Amino acid sequence: MKKFSPLRIGLAVVAPLAAALFSILISSLAVLASKKSPIDAYKTMWEFGSQPANLMETLNIATPFYIAALAVAVTFRAGLFNIGVEGQLRLGALFAAYFGAMFSLPPILHILAIFLIAMSVGGLWAAIAGYLKVKRGVSEVISTIMLNALAGGLSAYLLATHFTVKMDGLNSNNLYTKEISESGRIPNLMPFLNKLGIKDQPGSGVFGMLLVAIALGITFWFVVNRTRFGFELRATGINPIAARVSGVNSKKMTIMAMAASGAIASLAGLTNILGDTYQFTMGFRTGIGFTAIAVALLGRNSAGGMAISALLFAFLEVSSRALELIDIAPETYVIMQGSILLSAVIAYEVVRRYKITVQSNEFAKAVQQ
Amino acid sequence: MRGRALKLGSYIFISIFILSIVRVFTGATDLTSVGTASAALLLSVPIILAALGGLYSERAGVVNIGLEGMMVMGAWAGGFIGYRHGPWFGLLGAIVFGAVGGLVHAIATIGFGVDHVVSGVAINIIAVGLVRYLSTLLYKDGEWLGPSQSPDIAAIGYTGLPILSGGTFFGWRSPDLSQALADKGWFFISDVSSIFRGLTGDLSYITVIAILFIPASYFILWKTSFGLRLRSAGEAPTAAESLGVNVYKMKCVGVLLSGGFAGLGGGFLALVATNHYQENQVAGRGYVGLAALIFGNYRPGGLLMGAGLFGFADALQLRDSASIHALLLIVALILLALIVRDIRKGKLIKAAISFLFASGSIWFFIAVKELPGQLVTMTPYIATLLVMSLASQKLRIPAAVGVSYRRGGLK
Repeated sequence: MKKFSPLRIGLAVVAPLAAALFSILISSLAVLASKKSPIDAYKTMWEFGSQPANLMETLNIATPFYIAALAVAVTFRAGLFNIGVEGQLRLGALFAAYFGAMFSLPPILHILAIFLIAMSVGGLWAAIAGYLKVKRGVSEVISTIMLNALAGGLSAYLLATHFTVKMDGLNSNNLYTKEISESGRIPNLMPFLNKLGIKDQPGSGVFGMLLVAIALGITFWFVVNRTRFGFELRATGINPIAARVSGVNSKKMTIMAMAASGAIASLAGLTNILGDTYQFTMGFRTGIGFTAIAVALLGRNSAGGMAISALLFAFLEVSSRALELIDIAPETYVIMQGSILLSAVIAYEVVRRYKITVQSNEFAKAVQQ
Repeated sequence: MRGRALKLGSYIFISIFILSIVRVFTGATDLTSVGTASAALLLSVPIILAALGGLYSERAGVVNIGLEGMMVMGAWAGGFIGYRHGPWFGLLGAIVFGAVGGLVHAIATIGFGVDHVVSGVAINIIAVGLVRYLSTLLYKDGEWLGPSQSPDIAAIGYTGLPILSGGTFFGWRSPDLSQALADKGWFFISDVSSIFRGLTGDLSYITVIAILFIPASYFILWKTSFGLRLRSAGEAPTAAESLGVNVYKMKCVGVLLSGGFAGLGGGFLALVATNHYQENQVAGRGYVGLAALIFGNYRPGGLLMGAGLFGFADALQLRDSASIHALLLIVALILLALIVRDIRKGKLIKAAISFLFASGSIWFFIAVKELPGQLVTMTPYIATLLVMSLASQKLRIPAAVGVSYRRGGLK
């Protein structure tokens, strides 16, 4: 099959299309189960979701999804599976918020210092799983899950004791770290968008972390596809034995991949802290790390694919908030996300097999001639 | 075989002996109390069931990380059907819902050849979303009081060993010998007796059934031709196929059974461990079950030990944080034993590292009088991680587990 044959392009379109159709079918059944019209539901979602303010909210939610998905993808490319992104981003964000509020530096330096703290903590936490895998043969799938539980307990403990600041009288049930000073905050993109002619919208604007996410995506693409490190990473993932024979230190790659994954993951946790709350609070969003796994699977671990799927997941989440208005459970979006994911992975696999069949037939023909 | 039983017996003897010593020295009576033993058993059962689910699936060659999602489905079905038709139908529903999760996994992995871990993770995500959606519907219809919790469900009956562990049989109140002995407070004897009482008295019928599944699974998988075929599908599917085994069928049966067990484990949480379904009730127990299975070297007896360890640590942290404090001393004692072993084997560096950790935990034991609650909740996970990193070297994983199989050697 040539690189741009009609069949190849057709297949590339058919797989996502079939997955989308199947998931629309499932979601429609779910809406029908609550005795409502699916058409109404989709119309309401689209009308609500396409308003500028809600599109901005979609971007803000997609940003951490995308960064965390990049973290998951790094390990997938190395043939590993980091389920511990959730814990890594939580611990990284907590430590960065606490230590980042203790000092003040010139604007950009301060932000970089906070990034560095988060990345070291998240990276080291994830490296534990890599070390256990290499040295003790513990499956990283299991160890990262245990480490998630440990990160949850540890962060709850630290937030309640050593890292907390007392807020006089106000909302005594919530716990906060100290606020990060002005120099450590990432500016909102709204003033810049105003210059482009986009008007202010209710809500929190667009977090500056979006630019970091885009930069990370490009770096991810470059490092994985165009550097020696990326080549060794992929080689370890595709065939660890062949990689080892050709001189790749696969044990080192395992630990490096986990550490890199944890470091990237921790940045996902900083999106709201540096763009909105400026402190780590008890309300820190949970579950980003798990959604990120779905985003990475749907986006097939490619920088572009994951961007699209992060935006899709975020859009579904934001726009389904409107379903409350027509008395449908907004939780419908979770069903939509889940059915898209499952049907997409099946469709990808079917297409992959079909391609192999076509290729081997072409090969057989060529041999006969 | 007799040698192994003797070894196991001596391990149990030594562990209880260490627990008794630490109990006497620290006054942490909950280490060996009846309540702890019985809570440990109750908390182990869902993990045992999840691990058994994993056993059937992984032995047939299919990695099942979707156990978590299947347990979530089972727990929800237990709450939903249990409330409408009573607890026994609730359990049946839990098994069926879990098996539906298994069916999806089977279609994706065996039918379409999707990567096993990918399919499992997708199932976990879908299951959580699906039950949350369904719960919201029930709440809106007014049947449930909240969108994350089912109404209370009638309880399933209890039983125990007659004469030894009390209970009532057909209206006859049995004496309770082990409880009487446990109350004496004698060193070691009362400890053994109260653990025995906790493990054999006031058991839910489902607990008894779940425990019986362990020897039954051993028999089915290792002593019947069906078991041999199922395991051959996980060890050498191509060879099995050449001998006339229907590998697809074996894998499907394994994954469906797996889903059924996981569903039952979820149902147990909703119907026996508590009396209602609640969101996040499963809380990672499917994953822990998988860890217990791997820790137990993919064997029924081993997974029982893994699940028991987690259940014990979980029971201690729920009942009494003073006991967790005492655990530090136990860790130190175990490390000291390891140091002696390492020195005798001449591994001085390893011994030095163990010594460092041992002195660390003794220092921590003396310096900190009571551990904070958030850290205490971490105990079972730390225990699992520690034990897995100390023990997972001699594993014999099914040879073809996780490999996408297609008939006739197709890719």
